[in-house]
Amino acid sequence: MGFSQARWFSGDGVLEPTPFEAGRLGEGGLIIAEPEEELVEIVGGIEEIIPRKLIRKELNIPGMSEPEVARHFNRLAQMNYGVDNGSYWLGSCTMKYTPKLVMRVAEHPSIRNLHPYAPEELTQGVLRMLYELQEMLSAITGLPSYTLQPAAGAQGELTGALMIRKRIADLGERRDEMIIPETAHGSNFASAAMAGFRIVRVPPNSDGTVDMDALKSAISERTAGMMITNPNTLGIFEDRILEIAELLHANGSYLYYDGANLNAIMGWVRLSDMGVDVAHLNIHKTFSAPHGGGGPGAGAVGAKEELRDYLPVPVVVKEGNRYRLSYDVPRSIGKVRTFYGNVGVLIKAWAYLKMLGSEGVRETASLAVMNANYVRKKLIDSGFEVPYGRDRPCKHEFVISLAKLRKETGVRALDFAKALIDRGLHPPTMYFPQVVQECLMIEPTESDSLEELDRYVDVMREIKELAYESPDELMKAPKRSAITRVDESFANKVLWLSWKVYEKQKSQGELDR
Amino acid sequence: MISHLSPNASERVRRRVLEYLGIRSVNELYSDVPSEMLLREPPDMGRRVNHVELERLVDSMLPNPPRLTFTGGGMADHYVPPLVDEIASRQEFYTSYTPYQPELSQGMLQALFEYQSLMAELLGMEVVNASLYDYGSALGEAGRFSIRVTKRKKVVIAFSVNPERKMVLRTYLDPLGAEVVEAPMERESGRVSLDSLRSLVDDSTAMVYIEMPNFYGIVEEEAEDIFGIAHSKGALAAAGIDPLLAALIKPPGELGADLVVGEGQHLGSPMSFGGPSLGIFAVRMDIRFVRQLPGRLIGMTRTQDSLYRSYCMVLQTREQHIRKEEATSNITTSSSLMALRAAVYITLLGPEGLRKLAEKIAYNTSYLRKSLSELNVFSIPFEGTAFKELAVSSSLSWERVNSHLLSKGVLGGFVVSKLFPEMDMGMNLALFSTTEKHGKAQIDELVDLMREVI
Repeated sequence: MGFSQARWFSGDGVLEPTPFEAGRLGEGGLIIAEPEEELVEIVGGIEEIIPRKLIRKELNIPGMSEPEVARHFNRLAQMNYGVDNGSYWLGSCTMKYTPKLVMRVAEHPSIRNLHPYAPEELTQGVLRMLYELQEMLSAITGLPSYTLQPAAGAQGELTGALMIRKRIADLGERRDEMIIPETAHGSNFASAAMAGFRIVRVPPNSDGTVDMDALKSAISERTAGMMITNPNTLGIFEDRILEIAELLHANGSYLYYDGANLNAIMGWVRLSDMGVDVAHLNIHKTFSAPHGGGGPGAGAVGAKEELRDYLPVPVVVKEGNRYRLSYDVPRSIGKVRTFYGNVGVLIKAWAYLKMLGSEGVRETASLAVMNANYVRKKLIDSGFEVPYGRDRPCKHEFVISLAKLRKETGVRALDFAKALIDRGLHPPTMYFPQVVQECLMIEPTESDSLEELDRYVDVMREIKELAYESPDELMKAPKRSAITRVDESFANKVLWLSWKVYEKQKSQGELDR
Repeated sequence: MISHLSPNASERVRRRVLEYLGIRSVNELYSDVPSEMLLREPPDMGRRVNHVELERLVDSMLPNPPRLTFTGGGMADHYVPPLVDEIASRQEFYTSYTPYQPELSQGMLQALFEYQSLMAELLGMEVVNASLYDYGSALGEAGRFSIRVTKRKKVVIAFSVNPERKMVLRTYLDPLGAEVVEAPMERESGRVSLDSLRSLVDDSTAMVYIEMPNFYGIVEEEAEDIFGIAHSKGALAAAGIDPLLAALIKPPGELGADLVVGEGQHLGSPMSFGGPSLGIFAVRMDIRFVRQLPGRLIGMTRTQDSLYRSYCMVLQTREQHIRKEEATSNITTSSSLMALRAAVYITLLGPEGLRKLAEKIAYNTSYLRKSLSELNVFSIPFEGTAFKELAVSSSLSWERVNSHLLSKGVLGGFVVSKLFPEMDMGMNLALFSTTEKHGKAQIDELVDLMREVI
């Protein structure tokens, strides 16, 4: 199987010109609607409506015809790589296939065209879907109460951290520290800090799980809680999670669960049985909503009884056979976004879980884990180094280190990743978690076939051999994507953040190129 | 059996893989999980539903959408051009991740750069980030941003700011111990009272924030003076704007704003019961601002071999995956696909399409205002210029009015006191909105139906 990404080329180093170059500045465009003559006669000129001094004189936006716009964006699409193109083993991101049916359900005209303040008669169906989604997430996690408001995982983290903060204040306690394992997702640190906590880090021990001695010495009367991902970012199940929960609870602290890695264990372990108090789930990872090139996602937050009264408002409730948005949440942290959340994304999770049913949820997780273990063993058998967790099965992902390869050949994890691109594969997550040198974090998901798993491993083996034979070749990769290797340091030096900024620099003669 | 979603679900493949792993059942893959917490049975989610059943179920659950939506309150029923849906349906865009591998993701990166560039032009600003979640959280981030930049802790906002967004702002600022102060509104005009505002802004003010249009649909005509007051005390001048209004009036950048937020969902995306949305966040090109920006930023650059112009994420050292608790924001997944939709929409409509559209909305608003004020039980309480949204006061119960409208397939105004009694000021207000989807005939129909209630 070969690969060559589309590369539209208009000459002079430019692939696809921007509309600022291709269009006519300040002219043209599609008129989708215009003032009716009758109204103009009744109302008068525009200055009858808008004070003259306020009227805009210049709108320097490029104008293009519809076919030009269509071609422009379709060409851009061809220079992008999606899950439906091929393997996308981006660790901790769960790049699973999105069933087309879930897309269609969310595009239903009765959802698309529904105003958020529509009366209850019209919102029963969508509220029922949201309520049922909450119920299904409760069944999976064992956490009884949910909000679907957070727009993404990180906003879910912020929500959970704010709930803990407010609960602690209500108890009249002064706890301002959040414990976070060093291997945690970067957003955990940032979210806890945004919620006003000081961060206390705990390192992993030699088997990759939380170092219990370090944890014990980190816990104090200042500890508000701990944020944990399980399985962790090394793909290892934190098997002492109950002990961790007990330590925290005995200290009056809360356990927050980051659900980014839930795909490994849904249907197998409930969060409530791990002692979790509050958690977010990534609707766009575990529950098949697509990632959209960086959102929109959704970050449902589940809480146990004690924290229920702190959820953002409104919450979806069921009374008899009616569904309603309730603002009656006595100690609510307020709102983290307008309206009720990314409903168009949440509906996809509802449809996905309906498609899976009880058995499907459990089976999905086990297939993701099976695929990861298969790839891990094949890579180990091919001489790749897996520094943590080799004595036990991994979960949905695992981390390899290319430190030895780098030492012996000079080829870095970055070069390795770029070489994967040339073979039509989206590289794994690089250089994360930081506890592993020159690492790649690999998450094949349940969506790849055995042939695809084998092929990816074969390619990795081939690249490793190439690293010893002709390392210079690899350092020049990629060659077969739309562009060759990007100069990121130049990008950070010139800071061409918009066409306007670029043009200004050009006119001032500050441009190298 | 979920083999339709997982190729390796078949018994044949599974057996082969398990054999290679030297185990007999997938259960052994969970041998590292303490047995006391392992579920023996899957959670009860009901049986799986097939394609045909699911589509039938969805149809049976959802009523037909209303024929006409005139509801306001921060969301309005805009037209979505088919090309926007079509481009956003390309799997290369919607199934991709945040573009961490720029060589494989030039399409999305360039589209986001174009979004940043087009939005910058529309708002009269220079730097726009690659998206935040929505207007509300963009305001929350703006508040935090202003506090980081100025090292001050008081935020002055107009009373007339949308109350949903006020709630989000307070949630975002609460952990910082910041103070949010509201500047009152002039009852007659519906605009912020300049004198009150002036008395509230002082040397501890981080940001002065107004919205255009405000919650009551009124355009703050004295925005330039308001921004001047902010600057006179060293505070950031910030505005929230409906980007469609920016096609018609002098954009906030031209009026002196340092920081602009807004909702991009109006630009070619459906309402979807409130989301997904698109948080707009824009600043002037000032390195102090740029280094404090929340969210992703795309920059134009070149390849290392200088062969190609290219795009990548820049200033990532501001972000959570590198800076952790020192990051400017926790945001990771934001709203890229919505930014792509906005980029297609703006490019498709171009300067003339956007201007005509904004004018049409202005005419509609003006006509709706005129028609309703001719009915004796309804009045328009604020004299100021209104755009898209219109606050209407009534001596009748809105419940009666709206249920009559609904019986004819028309969604009426958002009754302010239902959710935000403090914003009603005893005027029995409902917020209507009118968009390009309405013409004179539709507005006349609405007004005739409202007359019937009298």
